[in-house]
This record gives sequence, structure tokens and C-alpha cells, in this order.
Amino acid sequence: MISRVILVLVLVLCAFSASGIDTGKAFDDPEMQARYERLIAEVRCVTCQNQNIRDSNAFIAADLRREIRRLMSEGKNDAEIQDFLVTRYGDFVLYRPRFSGKTLALWVAPFLLVLFGSVAIFRVVRHRMSLPINDEGQAK
Amino acid sequence: MNRFLLPLIAVLLLIPFMILGLRSDPSELPSQYIGKPAPEFNLPTLKDPTRYISTADLRGQVSLVNIWATWCAGCRAEHGFLMQLHKDQEVPIYAINWRDNRDDALKWLAQLGDPYVASGFDADGRVGIDWGAYGAPETFLLNADGHVVYRFTGPLSPAMWEQEFVPRIAELEK
Repeated sequence: MISRVILVLVLVLCAFSASGIDTGKAFDDPEMQARYERLIAEVRCVTCQNQNIRDSNAFIAADLRREIRRLMSEGKNDAEIQDFLVTRYGDFVLYRPRFSGKTLALWVAPFLLVLFGSVAIFRVVRHRMSLPINDEGQAK
Repeated sequence: MNRFLLPLIAVLLLIPFMILGLRSDPSELPSQYIGKPAPEFNLPTLKDPTRYISTADLRGQVSLVNIWATWCAGCRAEHGFLMQLHKDQEVPIYAINWRDNRDDALKWLAQLGDPYVASGFDADGRVGIDWGAYGAPETFLLNADGHVVYRFTGPLSPAMWEQEFVPRIAELEK
């Protein structure tokens, strides 16, 4: 009984999340449609920053989707469309910001942190391995 | 060497970034046009669809460009202050009426007063996107060459005007 109630609640919530966003096909050509869906999944909605414009029903997201459809119909490639967005809204609008002087730290910092961490662990472990084994439990 | 020295240095190096992170408002996006020419546009005016307002009209004097709409609560909040600016003839205020309904917008101006030299009617919102708008109201300060000097997002108030606009305008008019 309870599981049935939960199921109904989950279904109702799912219905809400699906409403309000235009899910209709934008292009007849399945290849274009796939490209369109990939593009809008990687563009941040500028008012509702933790959503992409595919999942957002904010008007600005709808407008940006329309602009992307227009640019695609005009034959623009992905880089040109991303250029269009970055010129207006900055690197922030792309979920994967492009590699540039401004985004250098963003791209490089994680690798540097992993490198520093590895060096630190390596040195600590090597230091401990060189310690004499004098613990009672291990000395037996 | 003290074994806590290196971790301590690492934490001390991180602290400034943490403070910066706490202080920055992630919802505030910087305009991409600061120091650059204002984005080109050519829009029919709200009051007379046969007349057009374009970027060229913004050159020749320091001006404000206000992005507003009747659906925007913050726009109503700042409207009284815009009327005040208009009355004091501080700077000419141009407007982009963003994704609005012409009749509603005209009614709004008739009821609350019209502080604008002209409002361009951006029905489908394309000019708003060209300007990098992500909400309304937004107010751009342009120099006499038509370059964007500053953008303010949210409703204008006398305090924000004194703090953000007055010194910049004084600098421009020097």
C-alpha cells in the first residue's frame, strides 16, 4: 500500500518536471536534432544558473534555445554558436568553458592539485616505509 | 622541519581564495561589453512603430540604456527614481522594452510617466540577448562614443545611483 502511494507521488512529481519545457522536435533531420540537443545541454541558463537551457523553462532559456535553432538553420557550426553565446554572456554560459587565458586556472588547477597531492602522499609513504618497525604487534 | 609547516602554508595560501569566494555573488554576471562599443541594434520605438532607434542615436553624449518590461517587478520599483532622473535632467535615458506587449507598455508609460528619450520595442527579445541581458531591469552607462562603461543589474535606487553612477559620470564628463 505504502509503496503504491510512493509510486503515485513519484509519477506525479515526474509529470511536473516534464511540463513547461518545449520538448517538441526542433529539426526533422535526426542528426541536426541530436546536435541541437547536445548543444542546449551544455549551455547554462543565465538566470537559473544551475540548470542548462534544455531543462529550464525560464523565458531567457527559451529565447536562447530559439537563437540556437536559428543559428543552426543558418548553417553555423558549433564553435560559431558557442562564440555567439560567449560574446554576449561570457565563458560562464558554457558548462565546459573553452580553454583561454581567462579560463586557464580553471582547467589547470585540478591537475596541479592532483599532482601536489600525489607528491605529498608519495613522500609521506616513502618516509614511513623507511621508519624502523618497532611496533609490538608487527615486530613478532 | 616541522611536519605541520607545509600544510599550514597551503591553508594560508587558500584562505584569500575562500574569502573571495564567499564575497562574490555568483548570480552577478559581469557584462561582456565593458569598454567595448554597445551592441548594434535598430528597433521601432514603442510610441511610433514607424520611427526607429539605433545605436547611432546613443552617440554624442553620455547616456543610460535601461532594459525594462511591464512583467518586471523591479522595473516598477525603479520607475519613480527614473522619473526623478529624467526631471533633474541628469543624463538622457534610452530604453529597450524587452519581450513586452506594446499596449501594456504604452499603458505603463501613460500611467507612471515616461522618463525615456525613446524606448525601442524588442518584441522577441533578440536585442536583449545581444546586450547580454539576463534579467530586468538592467541599466547600462554609455560614454559619448557609445561605449559601455558600466552595467547595473536590478532596480536602481538613489543610494546605488550615488554610489555607482555619479562618480563614473563625473569622470566621463571631466
